[in-house]
Amino acid sequence: MATVLTQDAAGAAIGDGAAEALVVNGVSHRFGEKQVLDNVSVTVDRGAFTVLLGLNGAGKSTLFALITRLYDNVSGEIRILGHDVRRKPTAALQRLGVVFQSRTLDSDLTLEQNLFYHAALHGIRKSEAKKRAVEALTTVGLQDRAHEKVRNLSGGQARRVEIARSLLHRPGLLLLDEATVGLDIGSRESVLSIVRGLVHREGMGVLWATHLIDEIAPTDRVVVLHKGRILYSGSVPGLLDATGKTNVREAFRTMTGTNDTAEAA
Amino acid sequence: MNVDTPMRSFEAEAPHRQGLGAYMACFRGIVWREVLRFLYQRERFFSALVRPLVWLFIFAAGFRQVLGVSIIPPYTTYVLYETFITPGLIGMILLFNAMQSSLSMVYDRETGAMRTLLVAPFPRSFLLLSKLIGGVAVAVLQAYTFLAVAYFWDITPPWQGYITVLPALILSGLMLGALALLMSSLIRQLENFAGVMNFVIFPMFFASSALYPLWRIREGSPFLYELARFNPFTHAVELIRFALYGEVGAKIDPTMTPVEAGISLDGVLIPLASGELLDLTHLVVVVGCTLLFLGAAVYAYNPSKGLIGRRGGPGGGNAG
Repeated sequence: MATVLTQDAAGAAIGDGAAEALVVNGVSHRFGEKQVLDNVSVTVDRGAFTVLLGLNGAGKSTLFALITRLYDNVSGEIRILGHDVRRKPTAALQRLGVVFQSRTLDSDLTLEQNLFYHAALHGIRKSEAKKRAVEALTTVGLQDRAHEKVRNLSGGQARRVEIARSLLHRPGLLLLDEATVGLDIGSRESVLSIVRGLVHREGMGVLWATHLIDEIAPTDRVVVLHKGRILYSGSVPGLLDATGKTNVREAFRTMTGTNDTAEAA
Repeated sequence: MNVDTPMRSFEAEAPHRQGLGAYMACFRGIVWREVLRFLYQRERFFSALVRPLVWLFIFAAGFRQVLGVSIIPPYTTYVLYETFITPGLIGMILLFNAMQSSLSMVYDRETGAMRTLLVAPFPRSFLLLSKLIGGVAVAVLQAYTFLAVAYFWDITPPWQGYITVLPALILSGLMLGALALLMSSLIRQLENFAGVMNFVIFPMFFASSALYPLWRIREGSPFLYELARFNPFTHAVELIRFALYGEVGAKIDPTMTPVEAGISLDGVLIPLASGELLDLTHLVVVVGCTLLFLGAAVYAYNPSKGLIGRRGGPGGGNAG
């Protein structure tokens, strides 16, 4: 049976200058009779890479939908760099970059046109968007392909464009939902390395949702989400200490009470 | 927190409220994308044009000898059947374009592309309205292309009609687009879209004044007449019909009953200096339905009030 080992005490900072990039405090969500999230609290510090680890169906995408205000959080609170998502959605969403699980680029348009569209969605004028598109594509190493159509890209390259797109409005918090699913090993490493670079260079807070345990580095913070509940939140060594295991895979299995290793690869 | 990390001041990057310039940039970007996508998808452009042209070249040519059209406003002489159904075929372009847009929104919701729009830091009503206007811009381009081709088939409204029809096209496009937006929020899966064809598009088109004048429908079936005169699509078609001749609605002799005057509802009539009454019913119905459908769509897409978050969309409830 799954047990809660530790849980984040959500920070109380409100408004500008909050220490945390993201605070999710006591959030629950239901679809009809089905409880999808139960009193979930997560904190992502600025300049920290936080892994949201959970099997398929754990509630990761629902949590992302609440943070991005695709769904409304009726209980608890969600703050992005101090701005309440429900009360100040504009200020909160301006500081948020998202890479969704499903591909969201227009394959008929070029990389540059996709980025211009996203820049416009954030109210950025064309002249400024051009400058930022070059910067963002350079960050992900695709500056030479700006005028190609997205349909000519590989899966890994398309993911890199989505990351570039999420950076255009210079967010302080980046959410990535299963960003490496379906990619080969080389592309996965490339995507991970780009995002980790952003954390170190830019001081961005990153919440990386995954079910792939080998994507976790020893220095990351880990949040284990299982069947809509947070089972653990803290450092990797803390997770190993708490479960008495020597690796994250075993610790995760013990914590969630799952023997099926096929899903958590 | 990693204290060695050089922190950027993210608060300085973005203001707490979007200014007018930001709204304009966002609006232009959304409309530009809709038009660009349409231009890149040439098959969509041609198929949207072929449908009404087939009706004009084949259906209307076949029926011109069967269906006589008496002199009814805005026409001042007998007109060929092709001329009569042209506003109906323009309405067909707007209707199919709106439903195509609804289909693409359901598809975007399933694939996740709709999320990028809905997480933008602007009010959702503004984002949906911008998307709606983008779709209308595409529909208006199609309608003018159709009118250009129809010109060579002797469909020649007065030249100023090409200008005065523009507001009618925009209003009718907005009404049908808002209906499509509302439907896209109610349709769970792409597969359900076939039902939209059967239960919305075809009844709306055939139970209207697009193909036959209302008086003729009334003679054939009083029940169908009742359906047609309360069908918003009828009023969109009539608004376009009058606008093509530089008018807003019929001018009616006050001594006539609404039925004698040929107006569809008991009417929103305003007196003119000439002593006649101007029937604004079509304009009022189209504007009213636009506001109603748009309000309902915004409600349905509103995360705190609508239906989407309660049942697991947009994205179709792929909770991971």
